[in-house]
Amino acid sequence: MKRVIWLVPALYILFLMVPIYWLVNMSFKTTNEILGSFTLWPTNFTLENYEKIFTDPTWYSGYINSIIYVSINTLISVSVALPAAYAFSRYRFLGDKHLFFWLLTNRMAPPAVFALPFFQLYSAIGLFDTHIAVALAHCLFNIPLAVWILEGFMSGVPKEINETAYIDGYSFPKFFAKIFMPLIASGIGVTAFFCFMFSWVELLLAKTLTSVAAKPIAAVMTRTASTSGYELGLLAAAGALTIIPGAVVIYFVRNYIAKGFALGRV
Amino acid sequence: MDKTWNNKAWFMVLPVLLLVAFNAIIPLMTVVNYSVQETFGDNVFFFHGVGWFQDVMHSERFHAALLRQLFFTAIILAIQIPLGVAIALTMPRKGIWVSVCLVLMALPLLIPWNVVGAIWNIMALPDIGLLGRGLNSMGFDYNYTRQPFAAWFTLILMDVWHWTSLVVLLAYAGLISIPDAYYQAAKIDGASRLAVFRYIQLPKMKRVLTIAILLRFMDSFMIYTEPAVLTGGGPGNATTLLSIDLVKIALGQFDLGPAAAMSIIYFLIVLLLSWVFYTLMMRNEAQS
Repeated sequence: MKRVIWLVPALYILFLMVPIYWLVNMSFKTTNEILGSFTLWPTNFTLENYEKIFTDPTWYSGYINSIIYVSINTLISVSVALPAAYAFSRYRFLGDKHLFFWLLTNRMAPPAVFALPFFQLYSAIGLFDTHIAVALAHCLFNIPLAVWILEGFMSGVPKEINETAYIDGYSFPKFFAKIFMPLIASGIGVTAFFCFMFSWVELLLAKTLTSVAAKPIAAVMTRTASTSGYELGLLAAAGALTIIPGAVVIYFVRNYIAKGFALGRV
Repeated sequence: MDKTWNNKAWFMVLPVLLLVAFNAIIPLMTVVNYSVQETFGDNVFFFHGVGWFQDVMHSERFHAALLRQLFFTAIILAIQIPLGVAIALTMPRKGIWVSVCLVLMALPLLIPWNVVGAIWNIMALPDIGLLGRGLNSMGFDYNYTRQPFAAWFTLILMDVWHWTSLVVLLAYAGLISIPDAYYQAAKIDGASRLAVFRYIQLPKMKRVLTIAILLRFMDSFMIYTEPAVLTGGGPGNATTLLSIDLVKIALGQFDLGPAAAMSIIYFLIVLLLSWVFYTLMMRNEAQS
């Protein structure tokens, strides 16, 4: 019994990896090989698909656009969430509990509900098809998430730290920047990672709010898939490239990722 | 921790409040506005009262989509929660394999949702996909673009692939927070494996599991991109979940009134059920 128990996670990981393998496998095949035969690995190994993505501006600008709005969003979310999370973790104030739940409700709003009004709102204020529009729209679910996660981390810091710092003559801003921020550095890192991730994986709003200038990679993929027929190899290569940013940073947050998903509450 | 009462803390919350309110309240009011108005085009609107709400509540199409949605969410919860807990229980507790497991398991969570749909689309193609071709060569008649059952099977397999890791990670975090002394005490008492699970591990995981259920409920109820890419709601309307139906009505047919009324009913359902979970979660927190 004890000997075979590792089989369960091993089989599960195998199940997770097979579709990713199939995607990567397909990205190294030519269109002829994909459509003409069924092979478990590429027989005519080709980098053609990747070459096309890195040389064609409509493709690679998609990645650049995505990275720009995701970065802006992460920056905004974390910087406004820091003071708010501090307020929630240290003070009681009029309506705090209601406000906290209201923030969470925005995480529950189905993006499908908001797509059209968002389009009208951002067209009306002249921000349609800009990076900042997508970055601001993603604040809808990323700011509540950031506040929740940071609040969880901040509540773990004992209150005596504040008092000691005041006795030592620190002003509040100096205390916050010099003492408090380093204490929750891992929390800030995890929050930034989660904001980055949820902005990166979201498609519906990003697609609704952009047309040409700020088109995200996800939208380039769906539009290409429907317009230029069945270029599966290209689609697979583009998909494989979107996995890389997450895969690179995940190693650094592996021990905190559960805490992040639990909205800071483990 | 006892907190000091200080209403000036509002100033620290203000930026968050303004940004989220801008994104949440203005679009929500737009939706409310549409839901009570009728139009004949040319941007001329007139008041329609609760007519759209009555229409939606009595519409067979809405009932069918809601039923499919509830069915989908129920299956997802019934599979992912027990499976996630089982995997978390069997995961290694120390050594290098912990990191390997965590990193590999978290991977599907970081893939853009349309790519998840695309991956499974490629996987399940009956002629050239590994899953589709494999099932067909084993003698199953499998074609997810034509058979409703095959479409549902693929959809659920995709979601299990995509999100079970979330439950695993949360359950695992709950498990490793149990001190060794608890297990030693159980051993001295001669408790069986089942008793250890029932009286030590499960109660300790209660909090994280409530969060897991809350998140999985919310996200599976709002799922749009993955099934839209995988099946587009087909074959026929077999996999047209609520949000897919909503987008079809709002953006496809441009019936703003009914779509808005449906959005509000949809949002209220999510809100109500989530509030129940949230209250449970906060009660757990108050206890511990």
